[in-house]
Amino acid sequence: MDRERLSEYLLRLADNALISGQQLAAWVGHGPELEEEMAMANFALDYIGQARMLYTYAGEVEGKGRSEDELAFLRDGMDFRNVLLVEQPNGDFAQTIARQFLYESWYLPLLEALAISTDRRLAEIAACAVREIRYHLRHARMWLVRLGDGTDESRQRMQTAIDLLWPCTGELFAADAIDEWAAETGLGPHPGSLRPAWDAKVGAAIEEATLKRPVSDWVARGGRRGRHTEHLGYLLAEMQFLQRAYLAANW
Amino acid sequence: MSQQQWPLFEIFIRSKSGLSHRHVGSLHAADAAMAIDHARDLYTRRGEGISIWAVESKSIVASDPAESASLFEPAADKIYRHPTFYDVPEGVDNL
Repeated sequence: MDRERLSEYLLRLADNALISGQQLAAWVGHGPELEEEMAMANFALDYIGQARMLYTYAGEVEGKGRSEDELAFLRDGMDFRNVLLVEQPNGDFAQTIARQFLYESWYLPLLEALAISTDRRLAEIAACAVREIRYHLRHARMWLVRLGDGTDESRQRMQTAIDLLWPCTGELFAADAIDEWAAETGLGPHPGSLRPAWDAKVGAAIEEATLKRPVSDWVARGGRRGRHTEHLGYLLAEMQFLQRAYLAANW
Repeated sequence: MSQQQWPLFEIFIRSKSGLSHRHVGSLHAADAAMAIDHARDLYTRRGEGISIWAVESKSIVASDPAESASLFEPAADKIYRHPTFYDVPEGVDNL
């Protein structure tokens, strides 16, 4: 039973990382500046690297012989356990920045807590990822402030993006039975415990960016149970096409 | 959308302690802080450095290629300025 719960917990982390990586990789060829495009490509590779380590571990714990590729490319949308926030479309540059900022403001402290997990292997993966995500967050925050405190148009776009994605942030802090179990066993932090710091840091950044913090407290949720928004299907179709059309295709 | 270009920066990277910063290339950024971030993303992907300098290209004063004859050629026939008349002890590789 513990193996089942552990593999489920790892899959959530892995799916968040893979979807984030796929999203950022889609900026390649479309970046507003060559330099930003390279940054996005770097971030995408960081996420995919994290996803690979997590999938490999999840597959081993699961014990059904599923490889990282099978977990990434041969599962359907309803089997994906990522939060709704990461599957929201790239949109314009501001929307991608808003998504990454809101998500990574949660993901970084989560990783910091996982780095002292009672599970040694997960702790090692998290410790490695912390360094990468710390820079990602710095980058996203820098752009949030620049665009928010920029021209009329950039402020408008940044505010629209924050307002659009805000309902997807509540899910990050909601705990289900797996999260409760993880918190009890010292595997990972209780999601609720991440909220005060997230509120404070996100609030401070939004203020520095001269933007308005949305007041809506309506929360969209369902990602962890495999109930996704329409966007995930399109993303998976593109990401999984090759492996599904040419089974076991290799580089 | 504005088609204005960001200013150009020259990037210098120090590969390890004790060595000097070396010019590695140039990039565009809105300001110096962003130039450092971009340099990190463009030029240190494979562990090339431990320190970055960014200098706005327009701040660099360059010698005039048209004057290179008067600036540099006089040194060409003054071989006595090269320390090549010393015997290098055996086993010294990095002199």
